[in-house]
Amino acid sequence: MFKLMEGEDVQDSVTFLFENQPVSATPGMSVAAALLAADVSIFRQTPVSQSARGPFCMMGACYDCLVFVDGMNVQACMTKVRDGMKVSRVPIINKDIET
Amino acid sequence: MNDPFDIIVIGAGPAGISAALEADHHGATVCLLDEQASAGGQIYRNVSQSTSARTKVLGPDYLEGGKMVRDLEQSGVVHRTGVTVWKVGQDGSVAYSKEETAAQIKGRHIIIANGATERPTPLPGWTKAGAMTVGAAQILMKSAGIVPTDAVLIGSGPLLYLVAQQLVSAGAPPKAVIETQTKKDLLGATRHLVPALKGWKQLAKGLQLIAAIRMAGVPRFTAATNIAIHGEDKVDRVSFDANGKSHSIQTTSALLHQGVVPNTQITRSIGLKHVYNAQQHCFHPVTDAFGQSSNSVFSIAGDGAGIGGAKVAALSGKISALNAVCQIGIIPRGICETRAAPLLKKRSSELAIRPFLDAAYPPPTDVLRPADDTIICRCEEVTAGDIRRFASLGCKGPNQAKSFGRPGMGPCQGRYCGLTVTQILAHETNQSHDAVGAYRIRAPLKPITLKELASLETPKEPETAT
Amino acid sequence: MNPKSNSITTETIIIGGGLHGLSTALHLAMRGMTVVVLEKDRVGRHASSANAGGVRRLGRALPEVPLSVASADIWQNMTDLVDDDCGFVSSFQVKLADTQTHMDQLRERAKQVRAIGFEHEEIIDQQTLRDLVPAVSKDCIGALAVTGDGYANPFQTVRAFYTKCIELGVVIHQGSGVENISRVADDWSVRTAHHTITARNIVNCSGAWGGKIAAMLGDHLPIDARAPMLMITEKMPHFMDGVAGAQGIPLSFKQFPNGTVLIGGGNVGNAYLETNKTDLDYQGLALSAATARRYFPIMENAKIVRCWAGIEGFMPDNIPVIGKGRQDNVFHSFGYSAHGYQMAPICGKILSELIIDQGATLPIDAFDPARFRKNSRENGSESIAEFAS
Repeated sequence: MFKLMEGEDVQDSVTFLFENQPVSATPGMSVAAALLAADVSIFRQTPVSQSARGPFCMMGACYDCLVFVDGMNVQACMTKVRDGMKVSRVPIINKDIET
Repeated sequence: MNDPFDIIVIGAGPAGISAALEADHHGATVCLLDEQASAGGQIYRNVSQSTSARTKVLGPDYLEGGKMVRDLEQSGVVHRTGVTVWKVGQDGSVAYSKEETAAQIKGRHIIIANGATERPTPLPGWTKAGAMTVGAAQILMKSAGIVPTDAVLIGSGPLLYLVAQQLVSAGAPPKAVIETQTKKDLLGATRHLVPALKGWKQLAKGLQLIAAIRMAGVPRFTAATNIAIHGEDKVDRVSFDANGKSHSIQTTSALLHQGVVPNTQITRSIGLKHVYNAQQHCFHPVTDAFGQSSNSVFSIAGDGAGIGGAKVAALSGKISALNAVCQIGIIPRGICETRAAPLLKKRSSELAIRPFLDAAYPPPTDVLRPADDTIICRCEEVTAGDIRRFASLGCKGPNQAKSFGRPGMGPCQGRYCGLTVTQILAHETNQSHDAVGAYRIRAPLKPITLKELASLETPKEPETAT
Repeated sequence: MNPKSNSITTETIIIGGGLHGLSTALHLAMRGMTVVVLEKDRVGRHASSANAGGVRRLGRALPEVPLSVASADIWQNMTDLVDDDCGFVSSFQVKLADTQTHMDQLRERAKQVRAIGFEHEEIIDQQTLRDLVPAVSKDCIGALAVTGDGYANPFQTVRAFYTKCIELGVVIHQGSGVENISRVADDWSVRTAHHTITARNIVNCSGAWGGKIAAMLGDHLPIDARAPMLMITEKMPHFMDGVAGAQGIPLSFKQFPNGTVLIGGGNVGNAYLETNKTDLDYQGLALSAATARRYFPIMENAKIVRCWAGIEGFMPDNIPVIGKGRQDNVFHSFGYSAHGYQMAPICGKILSELIIDQGATLPIDAFDPARFRKNSRENGSESIAEFAS
């Protein structure tokens, strides 16, 4: 679990949707930080064994924080939050989707 | 492609910023490419936007980066932020993407300052949600002002103490610091202590950090073994053996660290020469004192050339820039050498502490070569035992291992398993690390969309004699 | 070292441990012949493992059609041959047309194949194509299709052929490059760094290095080494079966069961025979990316994770050399010009027939090495540059 560090105060905030639920965050935060702060620790399930993963390196190297942002598969730690952005978990691979 | 820049610098950490500033100072046209939204690298991440609370927690060493970033803003350096470099050509061309649009520029000399990544820390359960690197937790402090409420720090190295102390100061003292360092490691390191005394300030800082952690009442375990992270999906507990007893600590945040290693993705992709460093247990590109690589178009500055830390990186950046502007004819060799001399001297005294640190905080054998059932390739979920099995079937190197069972073939492109695969294969096949080698790296250096790749397609230039 | 202890006598030496060399060794061993395979690197190191894995009869050069059709039968029952299905997935291959001109060319092609007595290639209309490949661009108006074609796993194939060869007593020396070949009475003697091997027959299955080995055997065959490039995406939700190519433009496109999408199709990089290295040509890769996106709009935002290339030998007419050399008991089988993977099972059998029975049961005149000799008969083979296998 994460919390704001002592003395850190939040003036304004942006709101985005994660799995259709509103999440508020400080402008400038990455999607990964915002989700961790909102107590979301499982970001995706692996395509190989469907095991749960969350952010690992926070610097764009490990690709464990992949999420869908407005339809694109992106690294949550390298993507800044924006008002109204739609974030969701990556669909589980190997299950048919409508094309 | 537009007019070439004199110098392209890749990475805006201390090495990259100081290289760019130095080259700019001599009148070179400089383009600085960086993946983050603001300059500073991981060490000074987000320093220009730091809040007073963060500054208090992160301390004066962090703030030092602020001046560098302000100087950069005042300079003539073309600083492109939020760009992902995905191809570096042997001719000095650099392809990158920004907001899903690709571009290509060319430099007469390229300074690669892409820093380090944390050493892979494979141990049972390290893939579970809630396990992250110590560096990641620090990035969350720097970039978002958030801290884990019940962290357990696991591993070895000075960063472990620094982040533990920062968490204490941020009002979120860790539940424990579990160190793999043994008394023997520390005793063995004492033979490097005399030269290290040159770096006494750093040593003193380290001791202060340990004292602060102890004062805060954070339990510290040393010589820990059999460390495992538990939990259904999310981390809920860490277990380990220390002081002859088994321990178990509840936590949702297991923070891992075993030092940092050069990020060699770019340097490998250009085909530069690399060598294995047995003291630092990693590969680094071969460079001369000026950071020049085996291809004269490229220099490497900072931790990407071998681990030295932020101060060494800043000095190396300057030294490489002097050499680069000399090489392209902006300053004569004599001036380059005169100016570089004091920097080289200063760097060598900053480096004095390294052999001590390398010996005192070695990655333990079961991190370098984990037990059979530990996952080593996080992307394709390949275990250490799989690699040993490939070796028994005749697999001699990492590239061959890919065809046996896909390690290194996921989206991280081998960043977090490459070293481990090499370590295991070297041990199993009784070859040197250099003989085993590393994954072959080719562009795209990071996954890019088809649309971005397709944008490289340009009308064929008229045929010229080749 | 005592040269005697390293002298080996066998009936046939095969130079080259790629899939064609292994297949030839396998078929010879199945008929009781003793075989030694010499491989300069390791088995399947080059084009045999770095290819797209296409198992395709569709669009073959006409002289290859009978061989390819016979090979397809072996692929359908691969387990009978090597106790392993080699990852073969039998589905379909289509060649897409997005202009009327391309459609007309495909119709003409189907007619040519029928004219030589084969029925496997058929024209399908837009609706049938969309039912088969829903992700295809709306601009595609039809295709040439073959059902039963598909793709397999190149590495698994190499491993299966290798294992079966060993089981049948074939001796395989890896890391054994040929240093010298000489005639000793009626036999051939081949020297490597470790051994001297003597045999009645010698078979050149050296792929891109085939020209070099041929020259050592007195045959001068024009071969060009190139590096067909491939790229693969991250794992995507399943959206297609089968394999797609395109008329008039290089493309080979398929999604594997693990979700990754492989894009190849013939854009080539540079190959360096001395160092085994390849350089990628990113303009070519960009072109492949643009082509894949044009035919499969779903790929627009798909992420490319890796690009690579293997070393392959191309003949000037883009069909292989299969047949006897100028000197006695010399046989060549190389230069498959980036579409040899599917044909390896049958070509190994053909070579075994040439060696043991002095003649092949399938027509191979078009592949005769003699076609490149000066003043030889006009080369009449009609070749279609296809790099999709």
